[in-house]
Parts: sequence; C-alpha cells; structure tokens
Amino acid sequence: MQVYLPIAEMSVDVFLILGLGGGVGLLSGLFGVGGGFLMTPLLIFIGVPPAVAVGSEAAQIVASSVSGVLAHTRRGNVDFRMGSVLLAGGIVGSTAGVQLFAFLRSIGQVDLVVALSYVVMLGIVGTLMLQESVRTLIRHRRTGAANRGKLHQHNFLHGLPLKMRFPKSKLYISSLLPLSVGMFVGLLSALMGVGGGFIMVPAMIYLLGMPTSVVVGTSLFQIVFVTANVTFLQAYQNQTVDMVLALLLVVGGVIGAQIGARVGAKLRGEQLRGLMALMVLSVALKLAWDLVSTPEDLFSVGRMEGGH
Amino acid sequence: MGRLLALLGLVATMLGSAPARAQPLVFDLSSHLIAITTGFSGTELLLFGATEGEGDVIVTLRGPETTTVVRRKSRVAGIWINTERMAFAGVPAFYRVAASRPLDQIAPPALRARHQVGLENLRMSPPADAPTGEIPAFRAGLLRNQEARGLYASEPGRVSFLGPRLFRTRVVLPANVPPGAYTAEVLLVRNGQVIAAQATPMLVSKIGLGADVYDFAHRHAALYGILAILLAVLSGWGASVAFRKA
Repeated sequence: MQVYLPIAEMSVDVFLILGLGGGVGLLSGLFGVGGGFLMTPLLIFIGVPPAVAVGSEAAQIVASSVSGVLAHTRRGNVDFRMGSVLLAGGIVGSTAGVQLFAFLRSIGQVDLVVALSYVVMLGIVGTLMLQESVRTLIRHRRTGAANRGKLHQHNFLHGLPLKMRFPKSKLYISSLLPLSVGMFVGLLSALMGVGGGFIMVPAMIYLLGMPTSVVVGTSLFQIVFVTANVTFLQAYQNQTVDMVLALLLVVGGVIGAQIGARVGAKLRGEQLRGLMALMVLSVALKLAWDLVSTPEDLFSVGRMEGGH
Repeated sequence: MGRLLALLGLVATMLGSAPARAQPLVFDLSSHLIAITTGFSGTELLLFGATEGEGDVIVTLRGPETTTVVRRKSRVAGIWINTERMAFAGVPAFYRVAASRPLDQIAPPALRARHQVGLENLRMSPPADAPTGEIPAFRAGLLRNQEARGLYASEPGRVSFLGPRLFRTRVVLPANVPPGAYTAEVLLVRNGQVIAAQATPMLVSKIGLGADVYDFAHRHAALYGILAILLAVLSGWGASVAFRKA
C-alpha cells in the first residue's frame, strides 16, 4: 500500500516504513538509544531527502522516547536533577545545531558533514564500548564477579568548579561536565537527526561515572526535550518535518520499543553493550566506505533554496 | 479503451462538422489536472488528437521550470566531497518526448533545437560567468541525475496512429512527478517543416490531506512545529498506557 509523504514529496510503501519503525524501535527499547543513528541513514537510503529525514526522525524520537521514559520513570530509573542539567546544555547545543544545519545545506555540504559526523562519532563510541564490554566479559569469566573498590576513577574532571550533588546518581561533580556533554550531544542531535543516546549513554557511564541503572532512563528523559526542540526548529525554520512519515515511524516504533524494553530487562548489561557496539561499528564502517569509494555519479543535483 | 475510442470519435466528429475551418492539428489530454492525493502512486496520461493530411507527430510534455544546482564531487584527502557547483536556470522539473517515428528521421536538428525536442535540446541556461569548458560535463550530469530519478527520459515514447489521421500516446507520470504547471505541446511535421503546433496546459497539484499538511507546514510553520511535538508526545504516551494495561 502506497502513501504520499507531503513534505518529502514522494510516495512510499506504508509497510516498509512501519517495518523500519518497528525494527529500529525494538533496538531502541533494548539499548536505550533513540535509534536515530540507524533510522536517519535508512530513510536517506530509501530516497527521503536528508533534510526531511533528519527533521522527521526528530519527531519520531520524541514519541519513542516519551513511551520509553515513562516506562523507566515507573521503575524509578530517571535522575531528574542530572537530566535537567544535561537538558539545559542540550537546548543550547541543538538550537545552534539547527542553524549550522541550515547553513551547511545552503553551501551543499550537509551530506558530507552528516556522514563524517556519523563515521567519527559511531567509530569512537563503538570501539570504546566494544573494548569495555569484552574486557568485562573476560573479567567475569576469570573471577566470577567484578569487585571494584571505588564507584569510579577520579581524574582532573573532578577538579572543575560549580560542583553539584546528584543523590540519585551518587555523584558530586562539577555541573559544567554534564552541561557540556548535553551541549555537545544537542549539537549532534540537530545535525545528525539522532536522539544522541549512543553518545549520551557512554558519556554518562565513562565520563560522568553514573550508575548504569539510571543511565538509560535519564538519557531518554533529556532526549525527549532536546529532540522536541529540534523538531520545532526544523519545522519552523526549514519546513522539513514530515508528520505523515513521522507518525508512520511512531506507530511501528512505539510497539517495537515496548517489546525491546522487556527483552532488555532480561539480558546482561555487558552483552547488551557488546551487541550495541557491534551494531554501531558496522554502521560506521558502511558510511566510511561510502565516503571513500568512488561514487556512481560524481554529479548530484539539488533544487535551489526557495525554488518552490 | 472504450473511453479512448469515444474521445477519438468526438474529435473526429468535431473535425468533420467544421470542414470550412479545418484545423491541421487538434489534440487534448485525458486530464488537465493530475491530483496528487494521499494514496498517489503515479498515473498515466493519455494524449490524443487528429491531424489534417499527411505528417509526423512529435509530442513533448514539460514540467515547471526551476533553478537547479549541479554539484561535482572530487577526491579530497581520500574522501569524495562536493567541490564545484553550477546553477542552471529554466530547468524543466519533468520532461518527456514522444514521436510517431525516430526523431532524426522526422525533424532536422535545427527544428528540434527550436522546439526543445529531445533532452539535448532543452534550453537550460548556465550562469553567465560559468567556464564554457565545464558546462557540457555539468549539463550531462544534470540530465543523468534527472533521468535516474525518472523525471527525464532520454528514449522518446511512441506516438501511434489509428488510421491516417487519429493519433495517441501515453505518458507515464511517476509517483515523484513534481507539482506545478505543465505544458503539453504537439508538432505536426511534414518534410522537415513544422506545419502546425498546438500547446495545452496541464496542472499537477497536491489535493486533499497531503496538500493541506504541506500548506499548513509552510504557512503556519511555528504552529505546525508545536502540533508535531504534541502529536508525537501523545502517541508515545498512548502507546505507553496501552502497553501497561496489556
């Protein structure tokens, strides 16, 4: 069954979009990531213009994160204090990101910057996560259980000013740290059409030292608001939010996410992280390959801005 | 098919009833308004008509003209990057040509150029300051891209004659046919000369929910953004509630 997407100005198969939404939603629930880092490239791959893919995906992430964050709130897995600080940074970062996106679009470099951001970000995060989870798995095998003396390692980051207490996360750290993490992830969120969970989750674990139990819920909490900001700005400034597309993705996505959250609760953390690391790395490799291999056609066309 | 014959019959009657003012060429389209509705997945346009006397028929269908930017990639530090650009003005968003015989047997190059028959004759103007040596490559790149997206077709379609005077051709409009004002033009060519030319407008327009969404998104962008967020939050919340009960 075909449906016409009014903003993307193209006709797509309803079940293809529902299937994409469901599959990516499942992973989203499983790993606590928005799933945008998979969905946005997939949408571009099936022919949705990159700008519309980024804008509509932001709306979809709002929906899937809302249902996710509600599930986590019920289980008490959200650190609202930490989430609010991350969010403050996220709003600043994503607003700047939408402006940057519009500028890159006007000079014809948006595809390149988006692809490069994906390769660098996914490459780094994937490698770090894979390393960590493999190390943990090996340690588990040797000693039966990991026993660490401290909750986390202390380094220069803990000497920064404006310290704040985060009781839920059992942390006493400088608020500049979560603020800048939020800002950076917000920028990527607007630029790459992602929630940023794949950066946020590792940053919370390895950089901020938050306990794994509250990481996913807190990440989803701030993602809801940052992607809502991106959705509004993309719709307001660039008119690139296709609600028909977004709603189709939502329908598939929320169902997938709920199932994913249940399955995820039964799996072990290291295994989950290892799986996600492999997935992140394969997306990065695919995108890197597309950048360096000779394109089919060296020429590409784009409608002039305001040509409608 | 029955409808087609009825239409052709009507044309023949029209011609027959006014012999004193016999026009050398008349034609019409099966529809002057192509509605892109929510379920639109492409459609077929029928163009039919009649000629007075011998001759070949060339049909062109041109979409709204736009300014299109063509970019060329080159390798920078191992990565393919858009490095050069050229903006062409007057690029038809859609183009099809059809003829009763191969074009080079019907019309000399000058005629084809004058009437923009064939992709190579589309009058797309590069910027005045464009390096002349580069234009052909960019032009070819533009044509190739438009053809890959199904907006242009390099192979002419077939105009078939039913008897000596009645002709018809079909144009497939793909799902991604750009909205806007189109022009269908028919040339009657005899001995390499245009005997008669006729043009008629056609409109491709978004109708219904899709059109309303598009209009709303552009006219009330801020409100659209807020509604988009509300819809997303509501659907996410609704799903959460539904699954909690289940």
